[in-house]
Amino acid sequence: MQNVLQIVYLIPLLPLIGFLINGLGRKQLSKPAIGIIGSGVILASFVLSIWVFLQVKGGNTHEAHYFDFISVGSLKIPFALKIDQLSSLFLLIITGVGFLIHVYSTSYMHEEKTEHFGRYFAYLNLFIFSMLLLVMGANFVIMFIGWEGVGLCSYLLIGYWFKKQEYNKAANKAFIMNRIGDLAFLIAIFWLIAKVGSVSYSEVFTATNLAKLKATDVTIITILLFVGATGKSAQIPLYTWLPDAMAGPTPVSALIHAATMVTAGIYMIARSNLLYSMSHITMDIVAYVGLATALLAATIALKQNDIKKVLAYSTVSQLGFMFLALGCGAYTAAVFHVMTHAFFKALMFLGSGSVIHAMGGEQDIRNMGGLSKKLKITFVTFLIGCIAIAGIPPFSGFFSKDAILLSAFEKNPVLYGIALFTALLTAFYMFRLLFITFSGKFRGTHEQEHHLHESPAAMTIPLIILAVLSIIGGFVGIPEVFMHGGDKLGEFLSPVIATHVAEHPVSHSTEYMLMGLSTALVLAMIAFAWFKFKNYQRSEATGLGKVLENKWYVDELYDKIIVNPLNKFGGFLKTVIEKSVIDDLVNGVGRLVNYGGRQFRLLQSGQVGNYVLLMVVSMVVIFVVQFFLRK
Amino acid sequence: MAALLLILVPLIAGVATFLLKEEKQIRSWVFAASVVTLMLSLFGFTLAEGNSGLSFHAAWMETLGSSFSVKLDGMGKLLCLLNAIAYPLVILATWNSKYKKSNNFFALMLLAQAGMMGVFLATDALLFYFFWELALIPMYFLCSQWGGEKRIAVTFKFFIYTFIGSLLMLIGILYIYSHTPDHSFSIESFYRAVLSNKEQSLVFWLIFVAFAIKMPIFPLHTWQPDTYEQAPTATTMILSGVMVKMGLFGMLRWLFPVVVGASYQWGDFITSAALVGVIYASLIAIKQNDLKRLVAYSSIAHIGLMCAAAFAQNESSLQGLILQMFNHGINIIGLWIVVELIERQFGTRKISELGGLAQKDPALAILLVIVALANIALPLTNAFPGEFLMFNGIFSSLTKYYLWFTLMAGMGIILSAVYTLNMIRKVFYGTTNELTAAAQDIKWNEKLALGIIVLIIFWLGVYPQCMLNEVTGVTEPILKKFEILRYAPIAK
Repeated sequence: MQNVLQIVYLIPLLPLIGFLINGLGRKQLSKPAIGIIGSGVILASFVLSIWVFLQVKGGNTHEAHYFDFISVGSLKIPFALKIDQLSSLFLLIITGVGFLIHVYSTSYMHEEKTEHFGRYFAYLNLFIFSMLLLVMGANFVIMFIGWEGVGLCSYLLIGYWFKKQEYNKAANKAFIMNRIGDLAFLIAIFWLIAKVGSVSYSEVFTATNLAKLKATDVTIITILLFVGATGKSAQIPLYTWLPDAMAGPTPVSALIHAATMVTAGIYMIARSNLLYSMSHITMDIVAYVGLATALLAATIALKQNDIKKVLAYSTVSQLGFMFLALGCGAYTAAVFHVMTHAFFKALMFLGSGSVIHAMGGEQDIRNMGGLSKKLKITFVTFLIGCIAIAGIPPFSGFFSKDAILLSAFEKNPVLYGIALFTALLTAFYMFRLLFITFSGKFRGTHEQEHHLHESPAAMTIPLIILAVLSIIGGFVGIPEVFMHGGDKLGEFLSPVIATHVAEHPVSHSTEYMLMGLSTALVLAMIAFAWFKFKNYQRSEATGLGKVLENKWYVDELYDKIIVNPLNKFGGFLKTVIEKSVIDDLVNGVGRLVNYGGRQFRLLQSGQVGNYVLLMVVSMVVIFVVQFFLRK
Repeated sequence: MAALLLILVPLIAGVATFLLKEEKQIRSWVFAASVVTLMLSLFGFTLAEGNSGLSFHAAWMETLGSSFSVKLDGMGKLLCLLNAIAYPLVILATWNSKYKKSNNFFALMLLAQAGMMGVFLATDALLFYFFWELALIPMYFLCSQWGGEKRIAVTFKFFIYTFIGSLLMLIGILYIYSHTPDHSFSIESFYRAVLSNKEQSLVFWLIFVAFAIKMPIFPLHTWQPDTYEQAPTATTMILSGVMVKMGLFGMLRWLFPVVVGASYQWGDFITSAALVGVIYASLIAIKQNDLKRLVAYSSIAHIGLMCAAAFAQNESSLQGLILQMFNHGINIIGLWIVVELIERQFGTRKISELGGLAQKDPALAILLVIVALANIALPLTNAFPGEFLMFNGIFSSLTKYYLWFTLMAGMGIILSAVYTLNMIRKVFYGTTNELTAAAQDIKWNEKLALGIIVLIIFWLGVYPQCMLNEVTGVTEPILKKFEILRYAPIAK
């Protein structure tokens, strides 16, 4: 009998159907119908994902083949989906958090015209479809299809308000930066094909095939895959698109930053963990790049004044933490943080949407303040999110961040030191955001103050659910020191992820000490932020503050050294080389064949006969030449 | 017989069109003829290898060792199908375009179709040359009589280029002919021709230049943007969608298997030129302000990649190439249709004068975005499998520069996203201006044509294997020849 998991194709198919219905019927359907269809298909996928998760938990994993996508010679790329521990966990995150974002959107986007409302939900469904394909694919090519698919959807959604060219530019930037990473991913796939002859996980990740690979091949393939990941998961040097990506509607930011897209890079490396564990060089690179990104983004976040920008840089920074964990070999910790981060970051982005909604579109926190009185639910849930991301026990962020810090300590105490410092910055900038926005006096206009209101239930209920998850989400991975067998997540993922052997294992007492240290420092940081920002007064940034506010001028640097020179070079080719050099050469030849010109005037007079004559003449030439050649 | 009819139907229909007078009659007749050709081509597609309907043989110029032999094989099936699909699509999409003396216009278009069918079918070198010219000649007239303002100068350039190419090719063909064991123009004899290394190189260049001009390959490309810009759009669609494939097809059928050694020897050199062309054309495309020229340079970049894939000479690259020849044709016709619709409505192709069309004309915007995404080979569109296989082929080719070639070709992937998305942004997004505020949604015939193209894009994007199954057998004989070389490299 066929495995019951053969029907998992329904999980991506349902959002695709939702996309088609809403996309094609956006003019005919009513808004409630669009909302119900758009959210309903994701809910159905979520229910199926739970069922799949339970199947996997019961020990049933499956690789479902549907048809040959590409089959040329010995290269066989089937259209196949793989259901195992890793993919089933991601399915839950994507469809679960994705569903909440859909529900929230029905209210948040309510003022859009019906046609655009339909377009919005169609894109959202397509986004979920692509992400599901990405994590469910049974080989790297199917992953790549989803990989570029989420790139496309982010492009469409960032540029959703397409009348504003600035937004469209952000959308283009996102797509093009992702494409640079995609190219590296693609070359990694070719490298695998050349060396292993297959792209299917079940064939690549076998002991015999892995043994075929030379050390240099492994290093190159893993680095190329990692470059792909830096594009999608916004790491140095390809991170600058993500903060600009907030040009899209706020729920989209939640979707991009929490449930989909940016977690793709983490998934990819976790999926290839057997390969990564074979190359120390790559592991070091991943760890260092991750840590550097975490630190860089955290410093920028300190000085941002746009509520969504702070959150965006926070995402970049948190992703850096995840890569740090991957680089330390703590794959489970990275996946764990993907999960908890999905809860609290979705929570905070949706919370910021609630704030922006109440403020009538205002995003600058300098014009807010004192919102806690009017937006009680938003405030409390946002506070929970901040506590979770700061890593205070027993909120979810504590457990996952602690696992990452511990793995860094085991690799190298210096890494730990920098990571801890970054974690303190995180606590500081998050609570800065919280205090400036919600405490003190209201600094906006009277009209805004009058307008302030808590958001409707369709927006607050997802916030409450996510807040609860942000509190309890960490209990699936309780560290061994607290409770023997408490790391349920690690246990669940163990069949697909190589066991993490620490280079310098630490004793339980050290572990307690590290936890105590980080918690105490984080609390101190929050107190510091409270005193500094409880009564915020607007002031101009100077010195280093100005550099941070301008994001270390990295965008300007990229423009100067890459974008502008390429543009200039293109112009030079167009006006100088193409026109003056190549074309003139040809025209010179043309003038030489002046005779041809006379012949041509006859031609364009429309007398077909002339050409026929010409053909006859050439045929005669053939025979003459032929005659001489025969000798 | 099906193979012969593929040539005869457009040929006879074309000649008959000269005699028609009434506008409506002409269009209906031409459209009907092109649909019949499409049916025939689809029928041919379903015939299995070895079916007698797929080939035709008759005496022609016996004394010269030339015969009228045509055969429809896997590669021919794809290209004839492309040729046969292109015509109804083009006629449908340009139904509202007016031409003076439209009987002559459509007659010449159909004659060109017959010529291209012959090129894709001929198994006799002289016949191949004959059809090659038959396809080209109507193009000269179409450009010079129905083209834009600068048509005379531009057609002259086009003519000089292709005419020189044709002459050189003819000399090359004759040279091979004189070295065939049985003095015959048949393809089997050509494949058995014995040539020294030096002669191989000579013949290779004589013939390759004609194909390189036709594709075109950098730096022989300057006729192309001008011609695409000045020719009537329907002609441009056929030129860029179908006719450029004659060059690539010619290489696979008439060049590589005949002069294997030289094709191998010059591979790196030509690949380099083609890939420099990819980057060169892409960078120029970024700076273009004219929609037609943007598509033209985009096409040079795509064809450059295809030429590089041809010289990678392995199973993956060649099958990807053959698949891509079909898909590139479909996609570029889609792009031209969009350009034509914009130009007809607003009277301009200047990107800087347009903007905000997505608000006024959402159907056109959606269709264009899909075609544009196919143009940048997004997965699940038809161009992805082809480009994936070609890239994989270039990466796994035997040359020692394989990594450089892959990276150069990869630059094309990134740059294509830059110019395509910029074009979408400037033309379709943003706010409307005085010109575009009055935009109207497109007509049903244009929607239908673009709709069919979109269906093909997705169908072949999700299930490319249905086409790949047809071409499996085609690349084998070519590769077998190279296989011999691999183990006994020729002395350089």
